[in-house]
Amino acid sequence: MELLIAIMVGVLVAASVYLMLARNVLRFLFGLILISNAANLVIFASGRLTPQSPPLIPEGADAPVELVANALPQALVLTAIVIGFGLFAFALTLVYRTYQNLGTLNSDEMRLAEPVEAKAEARK
Amino acid sequence: MAKSEAEVARVYGGPAGWISVAIPAAIFVWMLQYMGAVAAGQPVLVGIDWVPSMDIRLSVLIDGLSLTFALLISGIGTLVTLYSTKYLGNHPEYPRFVLFLMLFMVGMLGLVLSDNLIALFVFWEITTISSYLLIGFSSDEAKSRRSALQALLVTGTGGLAFLAGIILLGNVAGSFELSEVLGQGDVIRAHPLYPAILILFLAGAFTKSAQFPFHFWLPNAMAAPTPVSAYLHSATMVKGGVYLMARMNPALGGTDAWFWALVIAGGFTTVFASVLAIRQTDIKQVLAYTTLMALGALTLFIGAGTAAAITGMMAFLVVHSLYKAALFLMIGIVDHETGTRDVDTLRGLGRKMPLTFLGGAIAALSMAGIPPLVGFIGKEFLYKAGLDMDRATLWITGTIFAASALMFVAAGISVLRPFTGKLAQTPQTPHEGPWAMWIGPLLLGSLSLGFGLFPDTLEAWFVAPGTWAVYGDYGYAVDLYLFREVNAAFLLSLATFATGAVLYAIHRPLRGWLGRVFEANPIKFDPGWDRVLDGLKALAGWQTRLLQSGVLQRYIFTVFLTLAVGIGATIWAKDAMDFRIDWVGSVEGLQFKHWAVVVFVTAGAILTAITTSRMTAIAALGVVGIGVALIFIIFSAPDVAITQLLVEVLVVVLVAVAMLKLPQLGLARDRKRRPVHAALAGTIGVLVTMVMIGVVQGNIDRRLTDFFEVASWPEAYGRNIVNVILVDFRAIDTFGEIAVVVIAALAAYALLRGTRYDRNGDKPEDRT
Repeated sequence: MELLIAIMVGVLVAASVYLMLARNVLRFLFGLILISNAANLVIFASGRLTPQSPPLIPEGADAPVELVANALPQALVLTAIVIGFGLFAFALTLVYRTYQNLGTLNSDEMRLAEPVEAKAEARK
Repeated sequence: MAKSEAEVARVYGGPAGWISVAIPAAIFVWMLQYMGAVAAGQPVLVGIDWVPSMDIRLSVLIDGLSLTFALLISGIGTLVTLYSTKYLGNHPEYPRFVLFLMLFMVGMLGLVLSDNLIALFVFWEITTISSYLLIGFSSDEAKSRRSALQALLVTGTGGLAFLAGIILLGNVAGSFELSEVLGQGDVIRAHPLYPAILILFLAGAFTKSAQFPFHFWLPNAMAAPTPVSAYLHSATMVKGGVYLMARMNPALGGTDAWFWALVIAGGFTTVFASVLAIRQTDIKQVLAYTTLMALGALTLFIGAGTAAAITGMMAFLVVHSLYKAALFLMIGIVDHETGTRDVDTLRGLGRKMPLTFLGGAIAALSMAGIPPLVGFIGKEFLYKAGLDMDRATLWITGTIFAASALMFVAAGISVLRPFTGKLAQTPQTPHEGPWAMWIGPLLLGSLSLGFGLFPDTLEAWFVAPGTWAVYGDYGYAVDLYLFREVNAAFLLSLATFATGAVLYAIHRPLRGWLGRVFEANPIKFDPGWDRVLDGLKALAGWQTRLLQSGVLQRYIFTVFLTLAVGIGATIWAKDAMDFRIDWVGSVEGLQFKHWAVVVFVTAGAILTAITTSRMTAIAALGVVGIGVALIFIIFSAPDVAITQLLVEVLVVVLVAVAMLKLPQLGLARDRKRRPVHAALAGTIGVLVTMVMIGVVQGNIDRRLTDFFEVASWPEAYGRNIVNVILVDFRAIDTFGEIAVVVIAALAAYALLRGTRYDRNGDKPEDRT
């Protein structure tokens, strides 16, 4: 299954890179969502996949009795999901505000900080 | 503020003035106490640990070479600072000048006294920086600023090379302490890194001491006030490179590479500079070029490397510092009192400025090498060493002959012409300068005479201990004398005088002719320097425009391309994919749900990438998110799956809400670049898959997991191991995570509530 996941993650990453290369910042944002999913899967699968045995300690025992899933990547992924969400929410707000102020979602047209004319002058 | 300060009449520059004189004087007296031990051939070595972890010590090595330098630095420093109280005492920026000068003196003393190479480098850079500040002291003049920057860039670049050389040498010798490094000459010279070390050290020394082809910055550095020229760019700082070569002679010297590099560069600089000296009409420039000549000669004789050559080098080092500092100070007085330094304007100053004339005249006689002045001894011993060489005899002796004859002419130009003859009209009416100014040339002149008459003192104090330190043999008997017999060296001296006298007689037509020759020469170093700088700027501009295009898409493309090349090159270079993949085993036992979820996620991702509809994209993103949550559920991560589901729902809701205010997706204009983007995206996807396969094929380190499994209940009383990790073992991480979310929320809130701007970035007045 890990190999299958590896191929799937490859597709996820390819799709997100493709999206992030677009000039439309909304598509960039979609790419951002996909790539954080892909990253989470990489961490999760790197800790090996164990079906039907969550990392719990049964009542009365001091440690898991039989083999359970790797708890460490789960904890890491949990944190990553939340932080990824924070990043996404902020980026979405930024896109929204940018559109309100500049009237465009095309990153080529967002040139307030580095206007094309100033660059042409600097070239002289 | 500055103006009112300038109006206050200051006696000898005020407190800044007399403190600046007292410090070098005190150091000079302090250093004298080591004379006894050093003259007896016993170097003093003391120090404390500075950065012990990096093997850097603040240690001091006082032997003949470093003590000679230290006494020159502090002694001439005293005279120069005293001189400056009058020369610049009323300048509004005088205290700043004193600060820079003191900074330089500390750097220079540290440079010559440090036993640790790293500390030596730090002091070396202090002299570079203070030299920059002092050359650019008249910072309102473009010429000063250019000269200062030029000196900084040339010597600073050399300094970086020097640092690299130090690090290599430290690794080869196993220590940064000179006292240990110098004893390992054989190990260092036999090491394969020796050529690299040599080149790097010489790059530092040649730039610092303005050896050809790095000579051009020194004449420009004369834009500095004259006391600075006398001190830094004649007597001390430019000799830093000479000091370094002399110091490293026992460790790096004695090889063919060392010999030819120094002999050729030094010899060429010597002749080249003394010819250029004759060409100048500004007396300060004449002196600047004769300084170059002296530096060349010192380099030449360090390279020659015989005991006699080192003796001649040490004698000439002291001799040159004495007469050249005196001459610089002299021309400073002339400039100060007459308002010009032009050799064709100045005539007959001798009667108006008798004491300046006296000091300058003795120094000039010493520079011309006329007995009984010490300059004669310096020249004689250079000849003697040159004639005794077993190789390159003609080159070395001829070089010194040409340079000495031209030195004779330069001495005439800088003193004989301005001070004798009929008084000429000058911008200011000439009169004698204050005592604080003429005492310097007079005292230095007296020393030139005194050491000439008593060469044994010069020998015992400076030349013999210095020669021992540089030559590395404390048994060598140095014997300095003024005149003993008529030998080849003496006859050469007589020939020098004759040639010099003839050249002096015709020096004005000669100057015109030299001017035309150099005009016709296509290789010009100073304009060439400008072209190098322009080229550097153009290169910087070109690569900035290339990398910093201002287009977000290109930045992201560059980032991903770098990622792809980095991962791909690493996999290729490390041959990381060198294992067999068990495809059949990996899909064995997979159930329908496994296949279904993989197909779902893959299809969702592809659909998101290719669709032109926003709603389709959101739906596809939802499919991917739910699919990932299903994977978490199937593979025993219920907590992660719950979080993923919650977040996924929130993401879709947020995007959907935002969509109400956002336009449709447009794709048309990206069409041309899409194949390239798809290729890059595909490459990165394949690389990530390869890396991940590599990871899951390898062994897993479960130590941390095992610890958490065993420790969760006994130590934290939690049965859900993932939860225990989050809220107990890694609680600070979780706290940080919460902080990130809060900051994101605050920032989003600020964005939504903040001032609105229109398309031009202006703040519309009418909106609220």
